[in-house]
Amino acid sequence: MTASGFYGAGFPYRDFGKLPGKLIVLEGTDGVGRSTQVNMVRHWLEEEGYAVADTGLTRSELTGPGLDAAKSGHTLAPYTMSLFYAADFADRLENKIIPALQAGFIVLSDRYFYSIIARDSIRGIDKNWSRSLYGIALRPHLVLYLKASIPSLVQRLIHGRGLNYWESGMDLHFADNFYDSFVIYQTQVLKELEELAREYNFITIDADRTPSEIFEDLKRPIRLLLHNRLTKSERPF
Amino acid sequence: MLRPNDTKGKLIVVEGIDGSGKSTQIDLLFKWLLSKGYSVYFSEWNSSALVKSTTKTAKKGKSFTPATFSILHCTDFADRWENSIYPLLKAGVIVLADRYAFTAFARDVARGVDPQWVRDMYSFAIMPDAALYFRVPLDIAVDRITGARAQLKYYEAGMDLNLSESYPESFKLFQGKILNEYDKMVDEFGLTMIDGTLPVKDQQRKVRTLVRKILAGFDGLPNPDKAAISVNNPQARKKSKKGGK
Repeated sequence: MTASGFYGAGFPYRDFGKLPGKLIVLEGTDGVGRSTQVNMVRHWLEEEGYAVADTGLTRSELTGPGLDAAKSGHTLAPYTMSLFYAADFADRLENKIIPALQAGFIVLSDRYFYSIIARDSIRGIDKNWSRSLYGIALRPHLVLYLKASIPSLVQRLIHGRGLNYWESGMDLHFADNFYDSFVIYQTQVLKELEELAREYNFITIDADRTPSEIFEDLKRPIRLLLHNRLTKSERPF
Repeated sequence: MLRPNDTKGKLIVVEGIDGSGKSTQIDLLFKWLLSKGYSVYFSEWNSSALVKSTTKTAKKGKSFTPATFSILHCTDFADRWENSIYPLLKAGVIVLADRYAFTAFARDVARGVDPQWVRDMYSFAIMPDAALYFRVPLDIAVDRITGARAQLKYYEAGMDLNLSESYPESFKLFQGKILNEYDKMVDEFGLTMIDGTLPVKDQQRKVRTLVRKILAGFDGLPNPDKAAISVNNPQARKKSKKGGK
């Protein structure tokens, strides 16, 4: 993949050369079980003999600590927060994802910029602005969208790590408690992701099922990708 | 591209390469406007407390790439824009900015990012009522900086671009590229060029003449105590130093 593999200008000051690896994205809202699936996919691929690297939002060493500190204060305004995430994204893309792809790894990305622009749009950020900003992003080979209903998300989160301030969209003041706010906010996130699924050609996977059932559904397109047998409608570009 | 000013306030920004004397000029303007009884707020490039720890880490570890350098400086700008500059403009304050989006357009493009991409990134901000570009020939600016400052810093000197192994030489080449980008923006954005080699007093006279024109018929927010404005952001307790770096 050459520079034409970016959504926009990419990183014009660098020539990354050939990227023999594959970039696979798992998208989906909070509490949908993405990290469980990333682990299962990773183990499966490694057993099959592939070298796998994984990454996820806010994991950049550059912005991780600063972003955590900023989020704990609740005074992050929309564009500021969006740009903080974009810095994290750019850092991981240039310094982690692309080098791994150059080395022929399969990179599993626990979310990509799609989640970020979905959340940003709800916070009033101009959609064209977001799309232009992520002109630096590499087009993935596959975007697998884990789609779950609100009741199953609530159930998983309450029996898991609990509802939190940002995942409930408390900064938007939709409601006076985490539960009601979560329901309103995540309903809007799902709607945004639905639009993005069409725009960026996600493969939608029903995530209202057991982890092993979801996993079986994920394996099929990944297998096809690795054997170069994905149909045109299954590719993100 | 930058939006038109839709607020009651006035936005005046100064731009130019390091050593162009812009900070001196905006400081004089700030004190003058305050003495005239206007409500004035001063905002400096790269001064958001929210982003500071991240920028510091990156500078120390030399871990910026042109893209992350660009995005993080815009994050810093956005924090100041959303939490202070824009609300204050809406309230009818005169906001003075030491460096604005044009700094990013010049510097980040000199580092190699896409010109349209960085312009789009700042498109949530407005076009200033006055964008004063203090222009000095490269040699004069470089002499001013290298004479006044003990040591050039890594990113300041553009060492990340591998232009030269020598800090002063790299600095000069990098500032030359930035100067070139600024010159191109004079027409693109209608920047007002001021000759930065003139005596300080003469430059300030020109600045005030221009600002007087902009403020003709402007009421703005009253300031009976003639006091400066500081924005109380709980995360920005450490006040930024004014002027210089």
